[in-house]
Amino acid sequence: MTNAVINRAPLLADETPALRERLARIWETPPGVRGFLSSVDHKKIGIRYIVTAFIFLVIGGLEALLMRLQLAHSDLQILSPQAYDQLFTMHGFTMIFLYAGPVLSGFSNYLWPLLLGSRDMAFPRLNALSYWIYLLAGVFLYVSFPLGLSPDAGWFNYPPYASAAYNPGPNIDFYLLGLIFLGISTSVGAANFVVSLLRTRAPGMSINRMPILVWGTLAASIGNLLAIPAVSLGCILLFMDRQMGTHFFDFGQHGQPLLWQHLFWMFGHPWVYAIVLPALGMVSDALPTFCRRPLVGYTPVALATVSTMMIGFGVWLHHMFATGLPALSLAFFSAASMVITIPSAVSTFAWIATIWTGKPVFTTAFKFFASFILLFVIGGVSGVMTGAVPLDFQLTDTYFVVAHLHYVLIGINVFPVVGAIHYWFPKFTGRMMSERLGSWSFWTMFAGFNVAFFPMHIVGLMGMPRRIYTYSPELGWDTINLVSTIGSFFFAAGIALFFWNVLISRRRGALAGDNPWNAATLEWSVPSPVPAYNFAVIPLVASRHPLWEEQLGESIDRSSLRHGYLLDQGREALATTVLDAQPDLILEMPGDSYAPAVLAAALALVFVGLLTHFWWLAACGLFAAACTVAAWLWPKPETASPALV
Amino acid sequence: MRSAAAQRFAVLSALVTPCVCSAGPMSYFHTSGSAVDPITALGWGLGIACLAIVALIGVLLLAALFRARAPKPEGLVRTVSRSGSGLPWIYIGTGVSTVVLCGMVIWTLLTLKLVAAPHAATGLTIEIRAHQWWWEIRYVGEPPARTFVTANELHIPVGTPVSLRLIGDDVIHSFWIPALAGKTDVIPGQTNNAWIEADKPGVYRGQCSEYCGLQHAHMSAFVIAEPKRQFEAWWQQQLAPSQPPRSAQLVIGAELFRSRCAACHTVRGIGAGGILGPDLTHLMSRNTIAAGTFRNSPESLSRWIANAQALKPGSRMPQMDLTAPQLDAVTAFVQTLR
Amino acid sequence: MYCRGMAVAKARNRIARVGLKMPEILPAVHPLPIGSPGRKSSGWYGMWCLVATEAAIFAYLIFSYFYLGSQADGDWPPMGLPSLRLAAPNTAVLLLSSLALFWAERSGARRNLRGRLLLGLGVAFLLGAGFVLVQLVEWRDKPFTLHSDLYGSIYFTMTGFHLVHVVVGLGILMALFLWALLGHFNHQRHAALTIGAIYWHFVDAVWVLLFAVLYIVPRLR
Repeated sequence: MTNAVINRAPLLADETPALRERLARIWETPPGVRGFLSSVDHKKIGIRYIVTAFIFLVIGGLEALLMRLQLAHSDLQILSPQAYDQLFTMHGFTMIFLYAGPVLSGFSNYLWPLLLGSRDMAFPRLNALSYWIYLLAGVFLYVSFPLGLSPDAGWFNYPPYASAAYNPGPNIDFYLLGLIFLGISTSVGAANFVVSLLRTRAPGMSINRMPILVWGTLAASIGNLLAIPAVSLGCILLFMDRQMGTHFFDFGQHGQPLLWQHLFWMFGHPWVYAIVLPALGMVSDALPTFCRRPLVGYTPVALATVSTMMIGFGVWLHHMFATGLPALSLAFFSAASMVITIPSAVSTFAWIATIWTGKPVFTTAFKFFASFILLFVIGGVSGVMTGAVPLDFQLTDTYFVVAHLHYVLIGINVFPVVGAIHYWFPKFTGRMMSERLGSWSFWTMFAGFNVAFFPMHIVGLMGMPRRIYTYSPELGWDTINLVSTIGSFFFAAGIALFFWNVLISRRRGALAGDNPWNAATLEWSVPSPVPAYNFAVIPLVASRHPLWEEQLGESIDRSSLRHGYLLDQGREALATTVLDAQPDLILEMPGDSYAPAVLAAALALVFVGLLTHFWWLAACGLFAAACTVAAWLWPKPETASPALV
Repeated sequence: MRSAAAQRFAVLSALVTPCVCSAGPMSYFHTSGSAVDPITALGWGLGIACLAIVALIGVLLLAALFRARAPKPEGLVRTVSRSGSGLPWIYIGTGVSTVVLCGMVIWTLLTLKLVAAPHAATGLTIEIRAHQWWWEIRYVGEPPARTFVTANELHIPVGTPVSLRLIGDDVIHSFWIPALAGKTDVIPGQTNNAWIEADKPGVYRGQCSEYCGLQHAHMSAFVIAEPKRQFEAWWQQQLAPSQPPRSAQLVIGAELFRSRCAACHTVRGIGAGGILGPDLTHLMSRNTIAAGTFRNSPESLSRWIANAQALKPGSRMPQMDLTAPQLDAVTAFVQTLR
Repeated sequence: MYCRGMAVAKARNRIARVGLKMPEILPAVHPLPIGSPGRKSSGWYGMWCLVATEAAIFAYLIFSYFYLGSQADGDWPPMGLPSLRLAAPNTAVLLLSSLALFWAERSGARRNLRGRLLLGLGVAFLLGAGFVLVQLVEWRDKPFTLHSDLYGSIYFTMTGFHLVHVVVGLGILMALFLWALLGHFNHQRHAALTIGAIYWHFVDAVWVLLFAVLYIVPRLR
């Protein structure tokens, strides 16, 4: 052993230009391809997540528009049944797995260390790994598309239709392997959020001072850690049924097709909450800024977030009400499915009360957040209707459910996300988005969305089943479907306007400054765009609203933002204790590394090998992955402790 | 809007109860049977309550928004203050929501009890096997000689509950006649039970509602509810074998049927016993063909026999490669299956 | 460069001047460890996350086993009770392996005794490898296969899934042995050992659960 320094008391210091310069040299990633492939900066990764997710949103949206054209009138033949089935499967997979989850991961990746007063996530390289795997899993899945071999058994992929007997091609293998691969990314990301929360909050950021977005992502991450194994296992079992001759879902050998549905929905329902809770958190944090007052009911809203996730694990059966289950379990799961709306009511009234008692400023971001409240309520009450078992016997698998789930996923994910882009764009880029264009895109999206999706409730009540590629004219569904199709194109136009706004504002928007909205939380205390090291000194946090303490005057405690812990001897960050966030140790953060990209590529080889039955390729991939992991974890001699991740 | 094609089901439409017709044959705004009427009441109740909730929240939201709206750029520099606690909103709002929700849960559970099982013993059990993409319907008679098989159109007597045994055979389907009962999935490897009852005579349309592959869109079922005596007569008629062919063309047609169609289709009385496709012994007593995809007319029969793949791509009915006279003979023959 | 005490005093002074209170944070009067010693390391928390998500997979596997059993027509397991002849002693082997690793960390690493550490790690590895061999023998002697019937499918999937974890665990033990040999651990710094041990104990604990589910529960009927 060398006499390496293993203990040090960090200094409290003011931030200075010299310090900023020194930190920039330590933290900045080299430009060019090298930096692109090796960067572990949470901000870069967060933006990549968001951009990639939006690309998938566009792809999934185009798929939806094609389907809307086919359904615009009865008996149209724009799409073949094969094409339609692949499109609706890919649309569902893309929107749910490749857009809705990852876009929130992107926001949380970017924002967490800033909200928590830290320099990076707990595991920066794992962070890069989860992005690369996400990207490669998405590419893996979409390779099937030009080949015409895309999955075609729906995003829920029920066997026996998804089994080899009825679906012998590689279509379903793309789905199964793609989902397992993506699951690795999501699990790794979730673990990273959990540990970051436990370890990397700024001193003083006790758990009752964390922004609601942090609560939302925390609940979602814990949910993911426990729920994703269910679907990964289901996919493994189905892959074995298809390729290795097992009998899990093979009813000819007493296998149980319903086992898939249980595993899928044990995952699927918590996942629904995982892709809305962080979005609800963003609203809870950003809405108060525009109402010029703190959120009403911080504690109830935080508790509602956590309890929603917990109850979310007990309602999976409501996706299976029509499968012939005993009335007693139907009754239990029906009641649970309706009870889960109570925490949602808490949040809803908290937001309305915040607006009511505040002085709202109608910025574009605010319009998205405020309109979201209405869409949330519509999606919520239609959820109560489908949660009522006997009524669900009628509603399930009709367009009523299509309407419900789009109010949930677009209303509670897309609207807050687009609002959040308007809100945090100045922080991302240093420039403001155009309010005028923003207002246009908001109204087009809002009107288009409701015209497209509200009528689907009606056509569902008129008996139109889901996943049909056409319908006959005497069923009376023509007019409503035409209206939906027109609305969907308006909605798409609104999204296009939003993208246009992003593109031009990135170059020509007005300069933002550190805190253009006069907001309360830590990310607005640093320059826009944010420097690589985030905080020049680690701030000391005294309240839930570090930047509003003076104005609120609720306590004489003051957060110390320009004067804090000096950590400048290499890439260092401060770890604090779990509950009360007292300084605990100095973390040595890893430098930029190619290992995450290499590991993701090696894993991709494994999945390509499994898909194509080139087992040697899978074995090579596995070996390369093992070597990468060993190199990654190899102990650093100076502290004699491996930088584990 | 109404093209010639829209007239296809003229016969059927006339029979469909007028109130159902107003919102289309698959609508369940209005229903007709004790297996579903409590659900419809619940649906209207919850639907209206939910609309009221949305309206109320919408009004509160609008009021909140315009109560103290601040101008855009200046509003943002305004001093932040914790004006009013706002917490009563959460207490009252959540409290009221919980009470309303409890009411909904209780009504839901009571309704579940009402529709879970028929109020009286059912006199009749029908076995339904779901296939890609049609319904096999077996009437189990006492003695067994009174058992017969038909497809896609289910006759039931008015005013009595009928038990359905739903048996899966290939992939998962879901049996659904909106005006008579909610959905029950048909799952291979297990038998699910459901029941229906029609209060009024009529034709009730339904459709498979669990995604089952390429022609999921074309897998309709019909329930024809008729007075008991008419139903008995129908049953009696279905038991009869087919008539022997009475002309030279029909003899050729029957022979062609035996050689080309009998591997899949049964026609009792001519020695055709295939079980992969629908039993065609009384094909002409059915209003539609191909699981409700076409009206049962000589033209559509001929087109269907000639090239089913063009009409219902992916269907299990293969392309037949028949010469024109052969096609005419087979079409003529199947039209004698009354 | 600031001196730490001066910095704190300066901050206190300035805050006193403007009449505000410092947030209730203890300025770090004690030196803080740098890097990641043992349980304080992020990796320790990360490993618990991995264990949580892996435990969930096994929980879903066990759910699947019981679900398939509850829906089965005949007996479950269909071919009678699984024999304990190899499985019971093998369970003991795996538990002993855990014990050896525990000893290696407690009385080896923490007391800076490299010989004990290497001995404990080596014994843990050999016992783990023995478990794998015995498991393979038991597999060979089973009257059913992965493809023969539903029970065979779930039996081999559960035990196979666990065996993959054992093999990964053996890889970890091997790496720890190598690192110990290279002198990467001392009594203060052996986070990798602590973290790797969590995984190995987890794999062993899961086996006890699987053993109970597959071998003991059918005997309770």
